[in-house]
Amino acid sequence: MSPWRDGLRRLRRYPSALLGALIIVALLATAVYAVVTIPYSEAQRLWRGGDLWQELPVNAGPVWADRLFGGDAPRTLRIPTAAAPIAEEAYEGVRITEQRLTFDFTYSEFPSEINLFLGSSGSDRQPFVRATWITPQGEQIPLDARRIGANERISISQNQTLEGRLGAPPQIGLFSATSAGAGTDQQALEVQQGTYQLLLETVHFAETSELHGELIVYGQVHGWAGTDHQRRDLSVALLWGTPIALAFGLIAAVGTTVTTLIIAAAGVWFRGWVDAVIQRLTEINIILPLLPILVMIGTLYSTSIWLMLGVVVVLGIFSAGIKMYRAMLLPIREAPYITAAQAYGASDLRIILRYMVPRILPVLIPTFVTLIPTYVFLEASLAVLGLGDPILPTWGKILYDAQDQSALYHGFYYWVLSPAALLMLTGLGFALLGFALDRVFNPRLRSL
Amino acid sequence: MSGESPRPAERAHSTSAPTAAAADDLTATAPRRRVSELLRDLRRLALFAGKRLLALLLTVLIGVYLTIVIANMGGQIDELRLAQIENTVAEEIRADPAFHDLPSERREQLLNDRMQIEIERLRLDEPFLIRSVDYLRQAMLLDLGRAEEMHSDAGSRQVAQIILERLPATLLLFGTANLLVFFVAVFVALGLSRRYGSALDRSVIALAPSSAAPAWFYGIFLILLFAFVVPLLPPGGMVAAPPPSGGWAYAASVIQHMALPIAAMFLAQIFISIYSWRTFFLIHSSEDYVEMARAKGLPDALVEQRYILRPTLSPIVTSFLLMLIGLWSGAIILEQVFNWPGLGTLLFEAIGHRDTPVIIGSVVIFAYLLAVTVFLLDFIYALLDPRVRIEGGSA
Repeated sequence: MSPWRDGLRRLRRYPSALLGALIIVALLATAVYAVVTIPYSEAQRLWRGGDLWQELPVNAGPVWADRLFGGDAPRTLRIPTAAAPIAEEAYEGVRITEQRLTFDFTYSEFPSEINLFLGSSGSDRQPFVRATWITPQGEQIPLDARRIGANERISISQNQTLEGRLGAPPQIGLFSATSAGAGTDQQALEVQQGTYQLLLETVHFAETSELHGELIVYGQVHGWAGTDHQRRDLSVALLWGTPIALAFGLIAAVGTTVTTLIIAAAGVWFRGWVDAVIQRLTEINIILPLLPILVMIGTLYSTSIWLMLGVVVVLGIFSAGIKMYRAMLLPIREAPYITAAQAYGASDLRIILRYMVPRILPVLIPTFVTLIPTYVFLEASLAVLGLGDPILPTWGKILYDAQDQSALYHGFYYWVLSPAALLMLTGLGFALLGFALDRVFNPRLRSL
Repeated sequence: MSGESPRPAERAHSTSAPTAAAADDLTATAPRRRVSELLRDLRRLALFAGKRLLALLLTVLIGVYLTIVIANMGGQIDELRLAQIENTVAEEIRADPAFHDLPSERREQLLNDRMQIEIERLRLDEPFLIRSVDYLRQAMLLDLGRAEEMHSDAGSRQVAQIILERLPATLLLFGTANLLVFFVAVFVALGLSRRYGSALDRSVIALAPSSAAPAWFYGIFLILLFAFVVPLLPPGGMVAAPPPSGGWAYAASVIQHMALPIAAMFLAQIFISIYSWRTFFLIHSSEDYVEMARAKGLPDALVEQRYILRPTLSPIVTSFLLMLIGLWSGAIILEQVFNWPGLGTLLFEAIGHRDTPVIIGSVVIFAYLLAVTVFLLDFIYALLDPRVRIEGGSA
């Protein structure tokens, strides 16, 4: 039986290895899912943000976290004007339409924000709109009256005069059971559940003029991942962070270990000045501080994740590992089968790649697996320092944004916890597998 | 980076321990010979240290030169500095009322002349190869130049001053944490290797993979738990604001602020350290000479001190210093997370200001710190490993 199959068979006896492998498979599945459902360019476009996300609330938590703790925070309600019936009266030169945007509000907590998006089309003369809020008891609160251009955003919750009249921020005042006078304690206000209406009375100045738009009552929770300060859905970044983290960790680990091993083998095989040069280069490289150099390159050139990856691999080639591999390879060099290979005329390259490297590959595998999370966390570390990739969403960048916006101080725990949990899961998965592999493949530990 | 596990190559050292013990017995009978041998040892040690120092200096030289080349690749720094010079000169001319009446052509001329003078003064017209040697000399002498934006708390614009001001904070935090982790790990590991296979032993092994996450990562959770959910400790900083007057109150405040970052580092390092030390001690306690000592009926404490710890001392120290090297880089982010006013936070602020001299200066300082650590490593190794003394620095 080959040592690989034998090793795998013994690996199955470690429950931690199975758990680790399970986590890794789950992460790989997530990565594949993310890349298939959201293409690379789409992920970049989504994460650039902007008006794309205007229908999502700011800093909303995940729905499941709220429900888990028995909360009843509202979801976002979208009420398009297209769904509401239009009552129309025609006068001389003008048409007056009336539309009621009706919705049920059944949550026990206040919404976070209210915006009215309106736009007009079909005429040069802008229609005039008057908006009135009608509570379940039938109380009418005038909101705003203005001309509507091609695309307008009426931020009801930031209407200062309305806030003055209601005695509370509009998203609270408009939904509270008792109208709050000046000086009322806002904590004491309770949500009035029931059917609310937004009455839009429009004066059109042309036959073809039309009004379209949407009322958005923003919730306090959104989706399974929540949103950030720019209204971006965190699920995009959490999903796309998976393939990026895995690719970074895997490529960096493969790039550094394999090149290091081959160079160590070349040094051992050729001896003399080649070995000396490799040894000196390794000593210089040990003195070069990796993270500060990455920081310097990120600041002076570009923070592109692929450039960082390249630098990590290049600086990792002559890492301290060379010394270890060298010590392992030195006795192998004198092995009779190498002499045999030399006798039949194998080239230097063949001896290094086919005879020397494969011999210590099993010892390398555990190191390699435990190296992956190191690089995954390195990427996150760079992002936390503000040197994350400028266009791609990664876990580290979520953490950076959260840190930057003092998420913990404001109580947006989900913002920190979800990327952190994913990072931890990745680290744990590879570490569990790596440690078990170490015990299986490392002859030193086999008897322990 | 993950904790450094003891390397298999170091096993070879253990064989030399009995010979050293034998040599000690011989010298004890002849005091005069002992003095002369001590002198010989010292001379060889000095020779060895000198050689290593020279080699390391050369290494640092090349390392710093590489840093300068990387920092200057594509002439990006030169462009930045040119733009900066143009800015200052233009500002000077605009601010000076004596030049207000000059026609715009003359002013343009003046601007160009002054820029030329400044460029020549800074020798930006010379090829990079010549200047790089100059930069190298300055960097090696720790003449790190002036910061562009930042200044030290005392008000100095000298990069060296800015960095030196931050160094004690970093040394305090990381020195304490590393010593703590190291000693706790070695002693717990010794205990565990004696009770190998027990429930405690197995639970420590099971916890070892938790060290895959770096210290700053645990730091975030610790801040969340102990500064926000249960507000017991400050979330960041080095002393309370305003700093308490009186030495003891100040120290108490610093210790309070150090608790969380040290706990984070401890949590991230301890299990993997215990794990690797335990494995290491297990391997060494199954050596023939240890079995022999046990068979002779020596007490456990003696076996541990003389037969397990002494021969493994050099790899233990190696591993300790290697851990230091690994943690220098980890310092940057942990400090940033805990807002600790050390080198890491400095580097982070320098990134924010795009203050190139400070960034390059920090890299140089880090390179020096690493070199000092490596030198200490070599030196202590020579002190502990009898072969270096006997063979006279040919190691």
